[in-house]
Amino acid sequence: MNYAQFAAFILLLPLLSFVVLGIWGRRYLSKLAPWFGTASMAAVCALSLYAAFRYFFVDGSVGGVFQPIIAMQVPWLEFGYKNLSIDLGLLLDPISVMMLVVISVVSLMVHLFSMGYMKGEDRVPTYYAFLSLFSFSMLGLVLSVNLFQIYIFWELVGASSFLLIGFFFTKPSAVAASKKAFIVTRFADLFFLIGILIMGIQAGSFDFGVLLQQLTNPASEASVAMASAGFLGLSALTWALVLIFIGGAGKSAMLPLHIWLPDAMEGPTPVSALIHAATMVVAGVYLVARLFPVFQLDALAMQVVTWVGASSALFAAVIACTQTDIKRVLAYSTMSQIGYMMFSLGVGGQGETAALGYTASMFHLFTHAFFKSLLFLGAGAVIHFVHSNDMRDMGGLRRLMPLTHISFLIGCLAIAGVPPFAGFFSKEEILLAAWQSNKLVYYLALFTAALTAFYMFRLYFMIFWQADKQYHHHSEGTLSMKLPLLLLALLSISAGFVPFSQFVSADGRATATHMHWQFSIAPVVLVILGIGLAAWLYRQQNDKPAKLAASLGSFYKGAYRKFYFDELYLFVTHRILFKMIGKPAAWADKQLVDGAVNASGDATLAAAQAIKGWQSGKVQQYLLVFLLAVLLLAAVLLFFWLV
Amino acid sequence: MWTDILLLMRTEMMLILIIFLLLFWKLGGGGRVQIVQAVVNGGLVLALLLGFVLSDSGELFGHMFRTNDLLRLEKNMLVLAALLVSLLASQWVAAHRHAMEFYLLMISTLLGMCFMLSSANLLMFYLGLELASIPLAAMVNFDLQRKQSAEAAFKMIVSSAFASGILLFGISWLYGTTGTVDFDSLATALTGSPLQVLGVVAVLAGFGFKMSAVPFHLWTADVYEGAPVPVTAYLSVLSKSAILFVFVSVLYTVFGSMQQVWYIVICVLAIGSMLVGNLFAMRQQNMKRFLAFSSIAQVGFILVGVCGVNATSSAAVVFFLLVYLFSNLGAFAIVQHISQSTGKETIDDYRGLARANPALAWLLAIALFSLAGIPPTAGFFGKFFLLLAGAGKGTWFLIIVAALNMIVSLYYYLRVVKAMFMETQASRTGGLCGRYFHHGFVWRCLRVYFQPHASVEALLLILLFHAVWLSIKIILLKN
Repeated sequence: MNYAQFAAFILLLPLLSFVVLGIWGRRYLSKLAPWFGTASMAAVCALSLYAAFRYFFVDGSVGGVFQPIIAMQVPWLEFGYKNLSIDLGLLLDPISVMMLVVISVVSLMVHLFSMGYMKGEDRVPTYYAFLSLFSFSMLGLVLSVNLFQIYIFWELVGASSFLLIGFFFTKPSAVAASKKAFIVTRFADLFFLIGILIMGIQAGSFDFGVLLQQLTNPASEASVAMASAGFLGLSALTWALVLIFIGGAGKSAMLPLHIWLPDAMEGPTPVSALIHAATMVVAGVYLVARLFPVFQLDALAMQVVTWVGASSALFAAVIACTQTDIKRVLAYSTMSQIGYMMFSLGVGGQGETAALGYTASMFHLFTHAFFKSLLFLGAGAVIHFVHSNDMRDMGGLRRLMPLTHISFLIGCLAIAGVPPFAGFFSKEEILLAAWQSNKLVYYLALFTAALTAFYMFRLYFMIFWQADKQYHHHSEGTLSMKLPLLLLALLSISAGFVPFSQFVSADGRATATHMHWQFSIAPVVLVILGIGLAAWLYRQQNDKPAKLAASLGSFYKGAYRKFYFDELYLFVTHRILFKMIGKPAAWADKQLVDGAVNASGDATLAAAQAIKGWQSGKVQQYLLVFLLAVLLLAAVLLFFWLV
Repeated sequence: MWTDILLLMRTEMMLILIIFLLLFWKLGGGGRVQIVQAVVNGGLVLALLLGFVLSDSGELFGHMFRTNDLLRLEKNMLVLAALLVSLLASQWVAAHRHAMEFYLLMISTLLGMCFMLSSANLLMFYLGLELASIPLAAMVNFDLQRKQSAEAAFKMIVSSAFASGILLFGISWLYGTTGTVDFDSLATALTGSPLQVLGVVAVLAGFGFKMSAVPFHLWTADVYEGAPVPVTAYLSVLSKSAILFVFVSVLYTVFGSMQQVWYIVICVLAIGSMLVGNLFAMRQQNMKRFLAFSSIAQVGFILVGVCGVNATSSAAVVFFLLVYLFSNLGAFAIVQHISQSTGKETIDDYRGLARANPALAWLLAIALFSLAGIPPTAGFFGKFFLLLAGAGKGTWFLIIVAALNMIVSLYYYLRVVKAMFMETQASRTGGLCGRYFHHGFVWRCLRVYFQPHASVEALLLILLFHAVWLSIKIILLKN
């Protein structure tokens, strides 16, 4: 079976769609563009599902172990150093195939939803072109065979998300948000690139297969080189992994590089569902998972992953409890859930439960993609209906938007981890993995789970319960908007029953999933308490939340202001970077560098002016100069001659 | 003997034939100017073809005249350039009373240049030089109604006589100390005594005058400005190329033993020419004057290549001159075309040309880019090889000055491009060019021959040659 034949189409179709819509979309395809984009994405989705079927059930498994399959690989750039080369290829292995499914399904849902949501907007073909570009980049990212290829697509993802976040480019806040997202993630990518280079130079390859094989063997040349080289007391391996992780943390909005994610909600809501729920933001998790066996070698890197993930999870959950913008709550909740995935990978590196953490993280990634995009799309439907992002403008929508209400409720139950919804299973596994290796992380995660239930249901009750507000009545939405909600709701219910550990595990072997019912008691009780608290506070309009906020005082205020991270960044960039470094550098550039250049130009012109008189037009003078020049030359030469 | 003469001197013979034809034709009353042009152009094409057909070398008249493949190539370049000048001048000449005399004078100077190139003797060289110079002064005076034209001719003839005097003075020193004027004998007889140094300096000054190297350049701007545009083009390309060809061979072979003397002189001339040429060109508003000063600076660059003193240098000089021939004649052809159809000559008049007449603007831009040496035009490679050749000797100071001057030259070449493309003005230069581009290319090439105002065709040739520069370069560097 030749995978190249259709695996290549998974990438080519969205690229083709981008090119066609980008070039001819606005002129010839203004009506057809949504259909065109959606149809190509549907084809990609079908191909991805087929690839998953082929891989998991037909030919991916050799003797019970899933083997990575290189569908194609061509050398792209060869260096004359250590036989280092950058290849382009397609890699199919359990996580990349799983990601293919997630990305293509969510992307298809978003394409569908956008048909209704973006109706009547300007530049719809451009929007679909950008969506296709993003899908192409993201699919390319997960299919990459080496670190450098992943970096190429990583940057493409960044660029296309920049375009999508700033799609409403007439809105200053959208422009600012897109710039912020791009700059912050680019900043993180700088470290990623350095990490890649350290890895490539020390280990002699960018290729995932080679890296994993070489580095997991302590006697290999690459391992020795990685361990022996070092800087500031840390080995090259630690440096490379930590730097690569910083890149991943930037894309995945981990503390303290998360500041772009809430602002990125300025983009169209379906875009948030695609980029900030299911695909781009989990790229960091995917990256760590991709290099998981290497990360396992280094306890320090794993500790970093764990603690960054756990603190992000808690931090974001606390902020989410105080926000009133529906999409920002969801954004912080995404950050919190990705924190879960991260620390799950982190704890997977410690103790005997390596496989469990890895599988749990991937499982949570899988289920989270569905219910989080469901929540975002539901929020999109609500925003479409209410024409506002602010929860305080909403209320009583359960009667007006019954389908949205039900699907949103399913999404909330799933993310809160109420059995038997999808989130319950994956979160249980993560908690179990944390329990088995690091109790402190476990308690943090447990508390965060309760908070998650609380803020999600705070959101839910504030939107769908409480008193009716006055709305301009129109229908709930088109079929193209309802259908994705329905499908994703079904997936949010059912995804948890997928025997995930049969397919995805750290070593490729299928493992049985263990459910420990008694272990689930504590989280479920906490979750129900959280829901109950939310119901008590927010089901009816009352002054209890305000009183609670007042009693929490400055802590509430800090959380509401997102713990002043934005201000801190502004202080560092504006006050320190711009003022102390940027301004003097600009001054030096303008005054010294430009000044020198201008001065030389002025001097040249002045010289030209000065010698103008030589050209007097008098022929006798010309001849005199001629003669004098001959005499002078002769005199000089003769002088040298005699000396 | 006679077959030898006919064979080895075939280019010269062809030119003499044209001269005689024109002379007797004129005596017999003359003909329609279009027919004269057709005959002259046809004769030049024939001379060109004759020059290309056979490869031979030899000498005649008791070692007075010699020829070889390199000289033949150089003569072909000159004949081709003369043909292009004739084409770009055709419209202007057609309106002139003395059309035939113009061609007579032009072919005479061309003949002089050919003899100068083939000379193997200082006297023969001097004769060729004078034949190439004196009719030129008459050509400069060819705008009979314009006072500047007459003034320019006067300045040229006076300066030229003066320079010839200095040159002859130098030759006499050389003859006096060695007793010979034959190139080969001189090469062995020169010992480098102070008297010979004086002679060499005087001869070099004569050369410097002809190629308008600083400080012997002062006549150039006035003459270039006063002369009719085709004559300016002729002066700045043909006279200059011919004298530089001879210069390189004389310098390397005859004065080869006195290298340490002239090396310094050439360096000084090179630096002076680049600096002064650039500084003056920056200030010019008149396109002709601007091109004149820029050609002084170009001579400076060529001298940098000459300073290299190796096989690459002479190849680089020939290649650069070939490129320069096309680029500079292209620029002049546009200037002539615009001057002829609108009477406008200043850089300000070129504002917005890109909008009014895009084809002309693009052609001029390509020619200027090539003159400035911007890749990927042929001019870039020309300058590159010159600098490479100059660097062979290791005089880095010279190379650095040359590189800096290239930057300065960029300023004034791009000034014209900027005026054409980035500034706007309501001045229209007429849609002459548009008409040409409606015709098929092949047909147009056929019509080069008959077309009375053929500036655009000349430019098409430039483009063509820019496209094939690579092959020429390979042939040249092989030699």
